Amino acid sequence: MKMIKTDKLVFEYAKRDEEGNIIGKSRAIDEVSLDIEPGQFIAILGHNGSGKSTLAKHMNALLVPSDGTMWVDGMDTKEDEHLWDVRQSAGMVFQNPDNQIIGTVVEEDVGFGPENLGVPTEEIWQRVEDSLKAVGMIEYRHHSPNKLSGGQKQRVAIAGVMAMRPKCIVLDEPTAMLDPNGRKEVLRSVMELRKREHITVILITHYMEEVVDADHVFVMDHGHVVMQGTPREIFSQVDTLKHYRLDVPQVTILADELRKRGLDIPAGVLKKEELVEILCRLN
Amino acid sequence: MSIKLEHINYVYSEGTAYEKHALKDVSLEIPHGEFVGIIGHTGSGKSTLIQHLNGLIKATSGALYYNGENIYGENYNLRELRNQVGLVFQYPEHQLFEVNVLQDVCFGPKNQGLSPEECEKRAREALQLVGLKEKYYDHSPFDLSGGQKRRAAIAGVLAMRPKVLVLDEPTAGLDPKGRDEILDQIAYLHEKADMTVILVSHSMEDIAKYVDRIIVMNKGSVMFNDVPKKVFAHYKELESVGLAAPQVTYIMHELKEKGMDVPTDATTIEEAADGIMKALKKERAAK
Repeated sequence: MKMIKTDKLVFEYAKRDEEGNIIGKSRAIDEVSLDIEPGQFIAILGHNGSGKSTLAKHMNALLVPSDGTMWVDGMDTKEDEHLWDVRQSAGMVFQNPDNQIIGTVVEEDVGFGPENLGVPTEEIWQRVEDSLKAVGMIEYRHHSPNKLSGGQKQRVAIAGVMAMRPKCIVLDEPTAMLDPNGRKEVLRSVMELRKREHITVILITHYMEEVVDADHVFVMDHGHVVMQGTPREIFSQVDTLKHYRLDVPQVTILADELRKRGLDIPAGVLKKEELVEILCRLN
Repeated sequence: MSIKLEHINYVYSEGTAYEKHALKDVSLEIPHGEFVGIIGHTGSGKSTLIQHLNGLIKATSGALYYNGENIYGENYNLRELRNQVGLVFQYPEHQLFEVNVLQDVCFGPKNQGLSPEECEKRAREALQLVGLKEKYYDHSPFDLSGGQKRRAAIAGVLAMRPKVLVLDEPTAGLDPKGRDEILDQIAYLHEKADMTVILVSHSMEDIAKYVDRIIVMNKGSVMFNDVPKKVFAHYKELESVGLAAPQVTYIMHELKEKGMDVPTDATTIEEAADGIMKALKKERAAK
């Protein structure tokens, strides 16, 4: 079974004037069909307003399609009876670390999810401990969340989602508000989880460097999926990406620049180790 | 014309359990017309520092001179200082509130006591500077895209015609194109409008590409204060305080280690490409 499957998914919202009268309709997502296999690391790229966050919000039924269908772990998100199972299958982490922490103590915050699912107390504590260990935040379990750094808060938020034992975690620009160190911490935690728990990871980001290890990349523009493939396939198309207001990792730009100046370097170099190796061979 | 900080200390919540020494003996000078970058990890004191620049917070001790005058002096006109030093906060679009874009940008000059005609003139000028098209002027600011909102918010500060523009992470949350557009626009302002620009950023690549000088903050103190090349040469120390050098700097260091004769102080794509091409040519000529 696919982890996530959509068939001609459409999400429409009404444009209103100042009095609240509907003056037109707009499609944030326009007939998107895609499949995501269990255990994959998926990246979704797209400029501001391309529809990627709207798509993400469909994955745990925060939004339901206006037309077409979204299945999460085989469940149609439009059917009310699946709502809680869908949300348990696909957990969400949002951009702003300050908007998603509600507990006054780190461990209570992480326990909030499983508590709401009716998990027995003993097991809640077990899950809290496991999840905090998995994101490297166990030594902060008795701390107050508001004294943590942005990266630490995001890791607590991820632990909170993990404690619900989802099959899939959707991260909507989780590093946008963090400094370089915080970004590294959060990504390391996510990758660690993926290895340990074989969880499906869907990462929405504007940082091209975060995408190079993905199994598959989707690029969105105006509500459509306009490009998809491996990071190497995607990032070898520098000009097309620029057209969609995106970018490529700095290493890829440098490799591209050197190729333009006549060096024999293949397209789609993603990592600095790769480029260094190629250049040493040329030397 | 310059900003000069002398032995600035700032302590939050002094005398309480939450006391925090946010700035420790900070001394630095920013001459008129410079493009300065400030980097530092979360909590390093960079936001506290920039809020001193227009007197939003007052140093616990030390002195701050704007054009030679101590802003903590008894009769100093702080209001005038705030007209001269414009501060663009993080996520400035959260501060948009008026019924349309033009009105919103007029808010600053209106508070400066200018006539409605003058306000509108300045607002239009500012909107033009940030590259927001005229067809959006009568739109509600809330109907704009993320990048457009950010521009409108920056225009709101520019309309007050500051001499110094301070921006706290102006590109956070924007897509790559939006990022480049805003930064190019700021570089353009720096050049054309003869403004001093102080840019706080987490992106080492952006900082390396645009600024004349970098100030690195760590634990409330100035750790480095130099041109980008010299600052990024300390990449190992930068890493130890949660920062990094631009990706290309790392590539150059690795190439050097592997025996290629490249300059390790390259911080931009062009510099790196030039350095690599030159090294390869030299090697080939030697063979």
